[in-house]
Amino acid sequence: MSGKTLYDKLWDAHLVKERADGSCLIYIDRHMLHEVTSPQAFEGLRLAGRKPWRIDANLATVDHNVPTTGRENGVEGIEDPISRTQVQTLDANCNEFGIVEYGMSDQRQGIVHVIGPEQGATLPGMTVVCGDSHTSTHGAFGALAHGIGTSEVEHVLATQCLVQKKSKNMLVQVDGELKPGITGKDVMLAIIGKIGTAGGTGYAIEYAGSAIRSLSMEARMTMCNMSIEAGARAGMVAVDDRTIEYVKDRPMAPKGEMWERAVASWRELKSDDDAEFDKVVHLDAADIEPQVSWGTSPEMVTNVGDRVPDPANESDPIKREGMQRALKYMGLEPNTPMTGIQLDRIFIGSCTNARIEDLREAASILKGQTIASTLKQAMVVPGSGMVKAQAEREGLDRIFIDAGFEWREPGCSMCLGMNPDQLGEGEHCASTSNRNFEGRQGFGGRTHLVSPAMAAAAAIHGHFVDISDYYDRAG
Amino acid sequence: MKAFTRHTGLVAPMDRSNVDTDMIIPKQFLKSIKRTGFGPNLFDELRYLDEGQPGKDNSQRPLNPEFVLNQARYQGASVLLTRANFGCGSSREHAPWALEDFGFRAIIAPSFADIFYNNCFKNGLLPLVLKEEEVDELFRAVESVEGYALTVDLENQTVATPDGKIYHFEVDEFRRHCLLNGLDDIGVTLEDADAIQAYEERRKQEAPWLFPAG
Repeated sequence: MSGKTLYDKLWDAHLVKERADGSCLIYIDRHMLHEVTSPQAFEGLRLAGRKPWRIDANLATVDHNVPTTGRENGVEGIEDPISRTQVQTLDANCNEFGIVEYGMSDQRQGIVHVIGPEQGATLPGMTVVCGDSHTSTHGAFGALAHGIGTSEVEHVLATQCLVQKKSKNMLVQVDGELKPGITGKDVMLAIIGKIGTAGGTGYAIEYAGSAIRSLSMEARMTMCNMSIEAGARAGMVAVDDRTIEYVKDRPMAPKGEMWERAVASWRELKSDDDAEFDKVVHLDAADIEPQVSWGTSPEMVTNVGDRVPDPANESDPIKREGMQRALKYMGLEPNTPMTGIQLDRIFIGSCTNARIEDLREAASILKGQTIASTLKQAMVVPGSGMVKAQAEREGLDRIFIDAGFEWREPGCSMCLGMNPDQLGEGEHCASTSNRNFEGRQGFGGRTHLVSPAMAAAAAIHGHFVDISDYYDRAG
Repeated sequence: MKAFTRHTGLVAPMDRSNVDTDMIIPKQFLKSIKRTGFGPNLFDELRYLDEGQPGKDNSQRPLNPEFVLNQARYQGASVLLTRANFGCGSSREHAPWALEDFGFRAIIAPSFADIFYNNCFKNGLLPLVLKEEEVDELFRAVESVEGYALTVDLENQTVATPDGKIYHFEVDEFRRHCLLNGLDDIGVTLEDADAIQAYEERRKQEAPWLFPAG
């Protein structure tokens, strides 16, 4: 019999019951909540007269709707009355059910997938769910983490379990050394470009190989975050020293003797050498170039040195039509050099790339530079109040502000534009977020997905550039 | 939840792959704290020529005449025929809520995104997978015959065409059972409350750091 994958181990450890029909009850250790996908779930509990099964497994924050300016007025400062109601509804629900919430005026407030790891609410070996598809982020800790819908939010609140069917196992192996300036974002976009947005559908992906081991926890979170953009609900990385170092001394991490016991257990959170995967994908780290998306799906991505592809060269008629539609929406001509696309706005933020390392990376490029005069706006939205405070201690805010960036309050912001931070019609944006769907960042807005380093360099030039120049010069 | 057993309805063809949940229901409508009323804004950016906002009178907005659901022959459609990876992107359950509120009961595609697929079953909406070539056949039929309707039978896991052709689809047993009976699956899970408690007791011994409150 072959060994177990990391996913197999996590699954087995959380299996409460397998029913006769093959459906499984899986126990959930951590449930994160935010204001957009939870109100109907709490309402469902009330209508059915149910109570949460285990209050202390839940942690809530407000992130999607919150404005990134004028926060001194708190909830009352949210101008849009519908957004304000949604934020107030979460406050009221958490209050009623006794759930810990980092509200708008709490320094620990931030994007749900930034604050979980930051607070040690996400621990190796946990099952972590949230009504948000980017919950896959938490898999970077050797956890089984995935997004759920609102009915399942209610289900987890009421039962601490989910009814699940086991996914298949996929291994994405990235070996070799990454070129200077190549980030977790580039690696992940290259993977999505290779396997497609449905390549991981039905699978849990484990990222492994020497290149992944060399990545920081922040970079691993970026990769796991975008697993859903490859179609996989869950992505994960095995536990190593880096994982344990990151978790140590976090506010909610175990302490003392309990810490030692936990670490001993977490060391087992890796796939066995003889584990078998249903699908294996290999990438050579040395081949990965800085990535920029050109279309309206994350798989529509290419190297910064390449050109916008020509649909005429695509043999599959459905794909060809999709490309034509995407180019029309993006206002791009085939064969345009990627470096020739003029940008209007720069957004550094989101659950994909708003952690301290992301801000350091961008600031290292922006130091002593100013943004192109052709830009309408460049903004940085830290992932949490804690990230913001840390960045300010390091003086990163000054670097951004001096370069011409706006330094904002934490939240999801322009990643999906549920708050006032949105693209105008036809505007091109270099964005460190995760989705370039039509209308995602604003009605008619045109998103190009990039790493924080690329967003910073693009801000200086007003268009994409080969960022390896920056790293050659530095190193 | 509304049960689904058998449904016959007019088919609307949406001939594009990777339809994402941002497209199904744009973010500005996610601010609602209700689970109803999303139908008028289903596919908002494709359906209308202007930008939609919550509270805007949709009857006064300019329609995009090219969009399939605006065409006279597809008015009243309750079965959506579409392409691969339908429902990709965000986990928003507002997507199936909008489709259901609009009047759809079943969606036929060669594949669905996992979270969306799962969400549909919680809302009396049946997503069903047919083979790529079968979907191709149906697209040809729908586009050539006005008033083309299909009968979807969950009990027998079949789709029947007007000329009597039968396609078979797979669906897992638990989901099928819940949807056929309109069951609240929280109630079903709570029947296993003892098993959940027993699991917790065992885990408190194995991994006590997961239960800091004891």
